[in-house]
Amino acid sequence: MASQAETLDRIEKPNYLTVTHGLKSWLTTQDHKRIGLMYLGSVSAAFLIGGLMALLVRLELIAPGETIMTSTTYNQIFTLHGIIMIFLFIIPSIPAALGNFLMPIMVGAKDVAFPRLNLASYYLWVAGAVFTLAAIISGGVDTGWTFYTPQSIRQSGSILWMGFGIFILGFSSIFTGLNFLVTMHKLRAPGIGWFDMPLFCWAIYGTALIQILATPVLAITLLLLASEKIFQVGVFNPALGGDPVLFQHFFWFYSHPAVYIMILPGMGIISETITAFSRKHIFGYRFVAFSSLAIAVLGFLVWGHHMFVSAESEFSTMIFSFLTFFVAIPSAIKIFNWTATMYKGSIDLSTPMLYTLSFLFLFSIGGLTGVFLGALSVDVHVHDTYFVVAHFHYVMMGGTVMAFLAGLFYWWPKMFGRMYNESVARVGAVLVFLGFNVTFLTQFVLGSKGMPRRYYDYLEQFQPLNQMSTFGSWILGLGLILSAWCLLRAVRHGKRVGANPWGATGIEWRTPSPPPLENFEGEPEIPYGPYDYHVMYGGAAKGDHT
Amino acid sequence: MTEHSPEFKHHVGHHFTDAEQEFNANKFGFWLFLATEVLMFGGLFVAYAVFSNLYPEMWAAASGHLDRIMGGSNTVVLIVSSLTMALAVRASQTDNRKATIVFLVCTLALAATFMVIKYFEYSAKFEHGLLPGQWYTPHGPDTPAQGNLFFGLYFMTTGLHGIHVLAGMVAISWLLRKAVKGQFSSRWYTPVEIVGLYWHLVDLVWIYLFPLYYLV
Repeated sequence: MASQAETLDRIEKPNYLTVTHGLKSWLTTQDHKRIGLMYLGSVSAAFLIGGLMALLVRLELIAPGETIMTSTTYNQIFTLHGIIMIFLFIIPSIPAALGNFLMPIMVGAKDVAFPRLNLASYYLWVAGAVFTLAAIISGGVDTGWTFYTPQSIRQSGSILWMGFGIFILGFSSIFTGLNFLVTMHKLRAPGIGWFDMPLFCWAIYGTALIQILATPVLAITLLLLASEKIFQVGVFNPALGGDPVLFQHFFWFYSHPAVYIMILPGMGIISETITAFSRKHIFGYRFVAFSSLAIAVLGFLVWGHHMFVSAESEFSTMIFSFLTFFVAIPSAIKIFNWTATMYKGSIDLSTPMLYTLSFLFLFSIGGLTGVFLGALSVDVHVHDTYFVVAHFHYVMMGGTVMAFLAGLFYWWPKMFGRMYNESVARVGAVLVFLGFNVTFLTQFVLGSKGMPRRYYDYLEQFQPLNQMSTFGSWILGLGLILSAWCLLRAVRHGKRVGANPWGATGIEWRTPSPPPLENFEGEPEIPYGPYDYHVMYGGAAKGDHT
Repeated sequence: MTEHSPEFKHHVGHHFTDAEQEFNANKFGFWLFLATEVLMFGGLFVAYAVFSNLYPEMWAAASGHLDRIMGGSNTVVLIVSSLTMALAVRASQTDNRKATIVFLVCTLALAATFMVIKYFEYSAKFEHGLLPGQWYTPHGPDTPAQGNLFFGLYFMTTGLHGIHVLAGMVAISWLLRKAVKGQFSSRWYTPVEIVGLYWHLVDLVWIYLFPLYYLV
């Protein structure tokens, strides 16, 4: 793709990777692209650790009774799996890594609004990770990632380490969201209005809103939990007159919106990849943009659906159930608009598109089973069973992680200026898709048959399905390792590519790969909108444009 | 302008187009931060609402043990400090270096006064055993049996607020140092403006906190 002139150009002009050298230049960088890469490395390490924990949990469940670890270790390991995956990996994954790298470029800015704060957020993440993992050494926590009281108050001191770690991680998340919101408000280049932004930015915008408005509630919840443990304040402790259900309210007031922190950026990626690999303008730009905001707002009104069986009044369960169904509307708007985008498009099944299609299938299943769980009568039956585990993993792993992989494979050539081996990447994508379904589809069945979640032991009759799920986890692990190897190998050995290897319309493809330090050589040129494939290809692209 | 050190000139960040864009970004960012503060304190106010509804009699009885005179004078102290802070912002905007310094010193002194009064208030509570959890060993007339919850929340909320006052004092001292060096002018007064916003929020939280805990 790259012409000779372009290649020469790239060798002569330094890009963000080559402009300075040495470890110190990375550790003290204020460049959003380098910080994005540092996040990417760190959250991937967290994903690896959390993934190994998941494999251990699945291995233990291959047979009833004790297989490879004691019940206490099992409880600690599934807790760590949840906490690492949620707080260390999935919340920062797309916004802090890909969002950091791409959002400023997409709005035509030279950097985020507060570059030093951006670096500070990264180090807060590191500090938070250290404290969270310190809980392993100091005795472990076995409450699950939800820290329900009074179980969490009865833990050893390690709960304080972990709580403090997550408190710090929360600030990292708040500052990232704040930084992004200000960047999009104040630093858009002339010529990029709100509705000229790529939909990825709209998704990051919705995410940032939730990060800013929900995370402080988690902070105060953790402070109260710590003060329960240290000063016996008693707010959550029934023995002192407190109310343990209040903890659940506080916790889910953050943690329900937080699942939209996890999924919204993934939805943003899908809007980019689905247009690029269908060669079509996005169908219904404004609907997709505003549905991100609608999800962010509705996310604050449905926390009670986690507590249908936690002594909520019948009236409030009905209200929360009703509101929960509303979330299906903006989610469905997105799904329908994406499929409509593909209609009559010129579809290219490259690796990012394979992950994108996986997202569409898996997120649809995850989203629809969410409607089952929002229905009161069904929820009472499947509450705290593997059905919930399967639903959650279909949304988070089948949704967010698939989108994250789609984004990585899509923007990798932009980040490093080199292309990975497409065949290996496709094999990886297929393995991930198959492995994922074998692992988690079985869990829907297990849950509907009544196998409770989080249990160490189970009845004989559940063994075949559990074994299948464990086999699936190995295929999934293999697929992920192959994909990671494929990407890492490309950093050094991949074929060099020019500015726009996919022939996409986004503004990020009009700057060299890798981009220069301040993102553009001179003022960014904006000859057409982010999805104007019909303009870029002079009407040659198939289909209509909405 | 003669009052300003001539060599100091604020440099606009490389990624901003001009000083105005930078100022707007900083101010907007800080408003967002204040939103997070409101939500954090919001959690404590929710807990207050829940328990004051659950135990209305205990709540009223325990509330009677707070010192309204000390609380009331602290309210006055904070409101006046908000005024001096606002005057400091105004002074820095109008290139009045001397007035900026004077008003910042006043604000700092008032903040310290608040903390001193708080110290005496807390000591009195400690003496009477009005403490959270197992340390709740009240002695004295009309102390409710389950006041531990009230005092637990009281110490959490006023304590978190106190930490914010201390952080504000650090920030004001930092401003003072910059003001003495003559770094603020009508062209660049962003830090004064921002710390001012923060200080008003600290004041505002207390204005809700005082009637809820001391007067109900």
